[in-house]
Amino acid sequence: MNRLISVVAQAGMWLAAFISVFPFLWMVTGATNTANDITGGRFLPGTNLFVNIAKFFELVDAGRVFFNSFFVAITGTALTLVVSSLAGYGFEIFASKARDRVFAGLLLLLSVPFAAMMIPLFVMFSGAGLINTYIAMIAPGVASIFMIFYFRQNTKSFPHELRDAAKLDGLKEHQIFWFIYIPVMRSTYAAAMIILFMTNWNAYLWPLIVLQTNEMKTITLTVASLATAYTPDYGLIMIANVLATLPTVLVFFLLQRRFVEGMLGGVK
Amino acid sequence: MQTLTRRENLTGWAFTAPALALLGLFMIYPILWSLYMSFMTGKGMNFKFGGFANVERLTKDPIFLHALGNTLTFLAIQVPIMIILALVFAVALNNPRLRGRAVLRTAIFLPCVTSLVVYSVLFKSMFAEDGVVNDALLFLHIISDPIPWMNDPFWAKVLIILAITWRWTGYNMVFYLAALQNIDPSIYEAARIDGVPARARFFKITIPMLRHVILFTTVLSTIGTLQLFDEVNNITASQGQGGRPADATLTLSLYIYNLTFRFMPSFGYAATISWVIVILVGLLSWAQFRLAREK
Repeated sequence: MNRLISVVAQAGMWLAAFISVFPFLWMVTGATNTANDITGGRFLPGTNLFVNIAKFFELVDAGRVFFNSFFVAITGTALTLVVSSLAGYGFEIFASKARDRVFAGLLLLLSVPFAAMMIPLFVMFSGAGLINTYIAMIAPGVASIFMIFYFRQNTKSFPHELRDAAKLDGLKEHQIFWFIYIPVMRSTYAAAMIILFMTNWNAYLWPLIVLQTNEMKTITLTVASLATAYTPDYGLIMIANVLATLPTVLVFFLLQRRFVEGMLGGVK
Repeated sequence: MQTLTRRENLTGWAFTAPALALLGLFMIYPILWSLYMSFMTGKGMNFKFGGFANVERLTKDPIFLHALGNTLTFLAIQVPIMIILALVFAVALNNPRLRGRAVLRTAIFLPCVTSLVVYSVLFKSMFAEDGVVNDALLFLHIISDPIPWMNDPFWAKVLIILAITWRWTGYNMVFYLAALQNIDPSIYEAARIDGVPARARFFKITIPMLRHVILFTTVLSTIGTLQLFDEVNNITASQGQGGRPADATLTLSLYIYNLTFRFMPSFGYAATISWVIVILVGLLSWAQFRLAREK
């Protein structure tokens, strides 16, 4: 009986793993097939790879699209890391009753969905003439409550003795943050960086609202607009899918441990 | 709590000020504004005060009621399925007798790496009427006719549920795995020596020990599902419009988006619907916290 259960469990897990991985295989073989083959269910590699690639680069200004994606993801990630870690550090190291109340208020705000802010944000940015700009794309995400929480949690493990020693050496508070805290906490930053990069790279709803021309679109938005076209060509869409997924998959496989750490956030 | 000097207290505010200023501008101000707007009626930028006119409109708007019903259906069916699957996978992966654990864990986690848009597009192509999934089901004699995944209101909902489950089960599993690794193995050892059967060990030890993580992931999933947008605007979409067929997969977020950006904008009414989501998130999180505490 026990043996049977373990065989069933083993088989079930491999089936789950296969289902989890299949869409990735589907995407890669799809890139070598024609649109008709793809929607017709062909899952063997085909011979249409170079045609698909050519069509993709003909239809999409790939250089511009990838510049947009990388620019927005890198700038957004860097700004969020700085602003949110400053706040997380401040809330933890200089804990006071008043600031703890503010912090509790922020956690409450965490449950307000983006839908409730989306319309006013859109009206604000269009009123400021900032629709279809990088600023509109990046600015609303820079102060992330989740990341502030994450950095506060992790700051609990930052040794107070380091701060005291640095103060004796005459370092100012902001110098302690830049020259002691950041280097000591680099693995915390690395995990946060991975998650933020992925979130920014994959963002859809807000960019869909504020980016209106093709030359401002990110690769994620390009995939969506190719796929919702009147007659979507899945051959070239699969090329776009592969290119859109490659950076995050690479980061995942190179930094798997940090990746999972970042995903778990401050909750452990 | 330590006592801070006046100077340290000011430094504390200085460190938190940039984030607080940005949150005020891009979060608190918009939230208050949308609350105010939910009392406004009119199209485009011509608002006038309408009191509870928007709330009244909600109760008579069949599309809203439909979207609300769809969203709650996704929530009630998808979240439990996913949480249970994730728990089962985590417990299985935590068992040292399972072979190939590292590979299995990585594979099941992998879907979290994709963007919601990319995986939506992949699912759309795999679930085409003569697509690879129907081919496989026909080949295995599970079905005798192809399933109209995208053209039948029932199957379209099933497809969305399958898709979300594929994307998020591994994510939830990682939380449970981390929590399971924190449970002292000697507790299980003692239970085994006392002759507690495996099933009882699961329900009497594992589940209670993971209660907080389960609560946390359930609340996160509830918030996520109530805001469901990317999938229904990409998988069950045709000719640039999501939520098909016949609005069978229209969600509250998608309806807000349509009201604001697709039709002549009704900011006030759309803002009212966004507050329905806020209230639902609040109520459901509260209920889940109560439920977890009582156990």
